[in-house]
Amino acid sequence: MLKTTPFHARTAALCVSHAWRRWAGYVVASAYELSHEREYHAIRSAAALIDVSPLYKYLVTGADSARLLDRMVPRSVARAAIGQVLYTPWCDAAGKVLDDGTIARLGETEFRVTSAEPSLRWLEANATGLEVAIADASDATAALALQGPNARAILQELTDVDLASLKYFRLTAARLRRIPVTISRTGYTGDLGYEIWLDAGDALAVWDALVEAGTHYGITPAGMLALDVARIEAGLMLLDVDYVSARKALIESQTSTPYELDLGWTVDLGKEAFVGRDALAAEAERGAAWRFVGIEVDWDSLERLHAEAGLAPRVPSAPWRTSVPIYARSNQVGYATSGVWSPLLKKYIALAHVPTRWAAPGTPVDLEVTVEHQRKRAAARVVKKPFFDPERKHA
Amino acid sequence: MANNTYDAIVIGGGHNGLVCAAYLARAGRRVVVLERRERVGGAAVSEQVFPGFTYSVFSYVVSLLRPEIIRDLELPRHGLHVLPLESTLTPLANGDYLAQWNDHDQNRRELARHSLRDAEAYDEFGRLMHQMARAVKPFLGMAPPDPASLAPRDLAGLARVARHFRGLHRGQFHALHKLLTMSAADYLDEWFESEALKGTKSASGIIGTLLGPRSPGTAYVLLHHYMGELDGVFRAWGFAKGGNGSVSAAIAASARALGAEIRTEAPVARVLVENGRATGVALESGEEIRGTRIVSGLDPRRTFLDLVGACHVPGELVEAVRRFRFRGASAKVNLALGALPDFTCMPGRGPHLRGAISISPSVDYLERAYDEAKYGEFSRRPYMDVVIPSMIDPAMAPPGKHVMSIFAQYAPYRLNGGWTGARREAFGDAVIDTLSEYAPNLKSIILHRQVLTPADIERTVGLAEGNIFQGELSLQQMFSLRPAPAWAKYRTPVDGLFMCGSGTHPGGGVMGAPGRLAALTILGRASG
Repeated sequence: MLKTTPFHARTAALCVSHAWRRWAGYVVASAYELSHEREYHAIRSAAALIDVSPLYKYLVTGADSARLLDRMVPRSVARAAIGQVLYTPWCDAAGKVLDDGTIARLGETEFRVTSAEPSLRWLEANATGLEVAIADASDATAALALQGPNARAILQELTDVDLASLKYFRLTAARLRRIPVTISRTGYTGDLGYEIWLDAGDALAVWDALVEAGTHYGITPAGMLALDVARIEAGLMLLDVDYVSARKALIESQTSTPYELDLGWTVDLGKEAFVGRDALAAEAERGAAWRFVGIEVDWDSLERLHAEAGLAPRVPSAPWRTSVPIYARSNQVGYATSGVWSPLLKKYIALAHVPTRWAAPGTPVDLEVTVEHQRKRAAARVVKKPFFDPERKHA
Repeated sequence: MANNTYDAIVIGGGHNGLVCAAYLARAGRRVVVLERRERVGGAAVSEQVFPGFTYSVFSYVVSLLRPEIIRDLELPRHGLHVLPLESTLTPLANGDYLAQWNDHDQNRRELARHSLRDAEAYDEFGRLMHQMARAVKPFLGMAPPDPASLAPRDLAGLARVARHFRGLHRGQFHALHKLLTMSAADYLDEWFESEALKGTKSASGIIGTLLGPRSPGTAYVLLHHYMGELDGVFRAWGFAKGGNGSVSAAIAASARALGAEIRTEAPVARVLVENGRATGVALESGEEIRGTRIVSGLDPRRTFLDLVGACHVPGELVEAVRRFRFRGASAKVNLALGALPDFTCMPGRGPHLRGAISISPSVDYLERAYDEAKYGEFSRRPYMDVVIPSMIDPAMAPPGKHVMSIFAQYAPYRLNGGWTGARREAFGDAVIDTLSEYAPNLKSIILHRQVLTPADIERTVGLAEGNIFQGELSLQQMFSLRPAPAWAKYRTPVDGLFMCGSGTHPGGGVMGAPGRLAALTILGRASG
């Protein structure tokens, strides 16, 4: 049957909605309360506690551990400082993205890799001839995301480590009360936030400590729906939703390169070799055919389409993750893969794949919307991602 | 046209004969099917051998039945209801098990219990096999072109093959090359490390064939079985409600509705050949029936050597037919049970009893079972594919009671000393003894047991040497070589005589494709 996370004893008791969903073979809450809205607002106005244990986690150690990762991913790992966390995709030999995740440099020769899909075989396949040890720490390591403007204050109540000096995408070893954890200044919400990595055996104690310390700061357990709204606002893509792993794609057109996913910034062609380098160098030369962009729907257009049906405008308060056509000059040119009404920005936003010629911010496009069973095209335009990028995220 | 002359006479009411007749009738032809037994279906029959208990006597699952046949013949309207068969449980000697479930997460978790790497490799393997099956599948729907022929239709067919293969990626082409040349065991070794997984996967490479998992060529047969899964969306895979006889019954009902005549207890003694042309058949009763086209659903040996007679067939074809490898390798054991078997590795009633139970703990286990057969003995510890049909369709047995279908291999047709009643029961004992190691209560719940060796299969339904595919699915007798070079397109050297059984392309399994393609050939509509 499905697995439960190390926090299940707490999350199950909180999940009054009984709305569970699957994530990497685990059951996790979609929303604890009957609606995800308050959970979302906690991310943006207080602090949300999110169980992200289903992430796959690997410990890579040994003299050649940086070499292995540098061989595997397009970003430069050797240059990462101890305590630095890198977000990166990784590709097959054709430069097509297999997965994306983070690489945390825990020590000179010690890394933690997270991924959306199991990656043991791929790590091992690239480790041939190298002096490394690869351990699957997925089940043994629990993970919590504490995200929102009050995240720092809550966490600081529990630890002596000075969190104000922990920079964006850095990590530190710490003790929460007396429990050893790793705290990284990372997250999937585009807000001020931390992720806490701990032994699965300490999960409930850490959860309880955070809830206790956070209650006065409005800490709110949040499920996947709230997280999904936040990550769309943050312009962050999701495997199996916004792109298909080259490992699973059945046809070429289902695959994407980092450039096509707007992750060109992660590709370091100065590195002498990594999987997919030649293909990506060639693509860098000729330019990517596709782009992954932000779309903002024009309110007046949406209102008019509904008015024609005699209705007030309706917007998706829960995030959707289906493929929705994007039109330009009345032809379908691309497709959106995630979208939601942003309760904070008061805008209907979406993430979409479009050919490069339609990808410049400001380009007018149409997004298909269904109004009273009729398919319509709402005016929209390409906008820069992220949709929401608060100062506090990096500050 | 005289009243007693048919447009087509189909010999043998197996599922392919019925499919062929239905398609011919659908095209307005006057068709009669002549079946020796008292019931149609050939090896796809359901019978109450023991009162109250329905056995799928021989074939027992629907795996490759072509979706176009289901649509064209409107089989659901004529009673076909395919129920899902969703898991495979492989019990292991140490009391553990390997289960393969339909649900992706559940399956991955179970595989990861045995090997994290296998759990990851499983998806990639599945994707590659899906692509390979897609690469090969178009050939299931076409009459195989003769590579040595310059006829326009053959050239067009070969061009289609070439175009199709050019569309493969380099990696896919290499994988196909491996599948066509390697053994199932070697191929699986490139992917997996868990013995139970390799054993169970390799089993589908040996079914119905007197080869072991380490025999070259068996990798391809793995692929043959993946083709059924390609139609996963269509859900053609599973267990037919009422047993496999209801597949035949649905096809027969469709054929009758389309105007075909079906006669049972009408054994054909010989095909009438006049001036090199087949003109009709003579029944064992002496009755003669005339037809413009004679279509044999029987295997090539019985068609050419028994019904037509070697004197009417070119010597080289006679030779080819004599060399065509049958070598029945499998037996069937059907049980009526007073209660459910209790498996040590997963006690009690549960979803595992609604799926297949595979006795295939390792490649070594299967290869050892083959070793005995190679030298003319039956396997004392055979490979088995077990289903409990009454768990899927309760109507198969009285309430609270069950039927169990056991496909067991190896039971070689050419057993040292021959198959006798005593030898048959000794093999039955070996099957029950082996299965009892995993389900200790088995012996105490058996109410009735039916053991069918290849010799019994040959005697009952006529399949030469009891081969369930009308001839091994080995590469040297596939595609343009099935059943013989230059005669792979359902035609024969005898004018007006056609073949439509599993002994023709694309081969066996309750697939129906040979019957359909033969009909299309007769109607002049076959592509390829």
